[in-house]
Amino acid sequence: MIQGPQNKSRFRFSRLAALAASALIASGALHGASAADEDIWPALEKDIFGARTVTEDTSAVTLDAPYRADDAALVPLTVRIPAHVSEHVKKLTLVIDQNPAPVVGDFTFGPAAGSGERVIETRVRVDMYSNVRAIVETDDGRLLMATKFVKAAGGCSAPALKDTDAALADAGRMQIRHLAGEAAAAATATGQRMGQVMIRHPQYSGLQLNQATGYYIPAKFLRSIDISRDGERVFRVEGGISLSEDPNIRFTYASGADDTIEVTAEDTDGRTFTGRAEPKGS
Amino acid sequence: MTRSRPFPLPAPPQARPPFRSSALLTGRADRRSILMALSSLAALALPIGQRPGQAETAARGASPHPFVDEIAPGVYAHRGEIAVASQQNAGDHANLGFIVGRDAVAVVDTGGSAKVGAHLHEAVRAVTDLPIRYVINTHMHPDHVLGNASFEAEGTTFVGHHKIARGLAARAERYLAVYEQDLGPEAFAGTKVVIPTQLIEAPTTLDLGGREIVLTPHPTAHTDNDLTVRDSQTGTMFLGDLVFAEHIPTIDGSILGWMVVLDTLAAEPAERVVPGHGPASMAWPDAAKPIRRYLGVITDEIRKMIADNRTLSEATQSVGHSEKDAWELFDAYHGRNVSAAFAELEWE
Repeated sequence: MIQGPQNKSRFRFSRLAALAASALIASGALHGASAADEDIWPALEKDIFGARTVTEDTSAVTLDAPYRADDAALVPLTVRIPAHVSEHVKKLTLVIDQNPAPVVGDFTFGPAAGSGERVIETRVRVDMYSNVRAIVETDDGRLLMATKFVKAAGGCSAPALKDTDAALADAGRMQIRHLAGEAAAAATATGQRMGQVMIRHPQYSGLQLNQATGYYIPAKFLRSIDISRDGERVFRVEGGISLSEDPNIRFTYASGADDTIEVTAEDTDGRTFTGRAEPKGS
Repeated sequence: MTRSRPFPLPAPPQARPPFRSSALLTGRADRRSILMALSSLAALALPIGQRPGQAETAARGASPHPFVDEIAPGVYAHRGEIAVASQQNAGDHANLGFIVGRDAVAVVDTGGSAKVGAHLHEAVRAVTDLPIRYVINTHMHPDHVLGNASFEAEGTTFVGHHKIARGLAARAERYLAVYEQDLGPEAFAGTKVVIPTQLIEAPTTLDLGGREIVLTPHPTAHTDNDLTVRDSQTGTMFLGDLVFAEHIPTIDGSILGWMVVLDTLAAEPAERVVPGHGPASMAWPDAAKPIRRYLGVITDEIRKMIADNRTLSEATQSVGHSEKDAWELFDAYHGRNVSAAFAELEWE
């Protein structure tokens, strides 16, 4: 299943992370209370951003997340970056402190991201009670953050696949939507458009143990997703195992001549999936 | 099985009660044969079209062990609590049962801990000394399979849907961790995962000696490994979690697939069914109506939201609230059901 030395080291890392996760479960931290009490953010901040300082600033970015998740493997997050900030934002990082791989993804914006209110909505796995963070990086180098606490457990180690055969057979299938009506009204009002990209992928976390074989199911997930409008980048997201099965992203983009959306995604096996959609009626 | 501390499950009887009708089954083969013949005659004597549901359960009542009701001749069922796993219920929160043939017994589901499994095992032994040839798991969920350990023995085969082995293997570690935490060390003691080895890919008849039971694997519905068990002699179907009663359904497979399977099953006549949760015996197909309604309502409402470009979080806040008073444990599972259904239906 695994090819290449790079993937092998990833597998080893995953296995270690899985063992660490098991140890946490065994020590009664399954529901996260004790783990969340310990503030690991200062250490994470240093790991992710080095010596740079991250400042909580909800005038620059807001984050919506359910306080108590209905399904830990499918926790909806909405990030909003107001218009006066968005044109200066080049990057968005989503972090879940207590996840085995805390960085959910780095979104690097391109010219087609537009300058109105910028919205990114996606679904993540939350492995134990944790702070969830959205950090934007502005073109003058500031790091501004919004934080929400989410009560959820087991989102990474639980096998979310409800129908394993269907999930594997369908991997790479894509749906691209141009959203209209009330759902996109706020975006339209500021000259933006709203789109949605859905990609079938099991997003194996590497934390799922197959009891029969005694081996963890190797991690296999989308490494990157590139979304463009009329050939210009909206954003590229480089992600990991914390993005839910069947990654699903809603996003704003600047309206273009044709509003043709193209998507290229690559997974850890090196498989590339592409999709393209023109607005209905064009 | 003596315990130093009170335990919520009914205590096993000190001795087998003498000469209850079913207790005769524990006797020598000749007495068993006579009784089985009588039971068959009794079943034949039932007026066609009569639906002996709960009323019959109450009327029969007489059971050699308080853990189970004899819901039809030679067919026993246990009603689990309508609850999530807890120290108090020790994992006894799913319906279980067994079917007694002339030569052997088939157990259907074993409960959420080795202790619950042990109680079911004692109930079997209060009824008969025949070997337990099969332990059938209706699907992979822990409240139905974690009692398997109490049935491990020479000559006992664990049976399930052909996809249960993969599904349960992938979840075993997590199920054990969660149940150990929820039940506490004492109630959890001895619990382990035993994965079925006889895997059913197409309808299969097992013979218990003069008594055939038919195992049918279903396409993805409640889970991707649902299996039903039909006792041909009495027309009793063990449905596992394809039917929930009282307890809100939980979706861990496909909401669309589940409705198809329910509609197919509802067209199949049965004298009575044992749902995975709820009364130990129910009339068929009436038992399918509330769950079919629930699945239909949330499907319709979610489809409308998807057509309106609404989001998953909007759906979990508004869909299916008309069903709130119809189910127990609604708050524990409904939001997750809507999440799962939404993620499935947006790919239509």
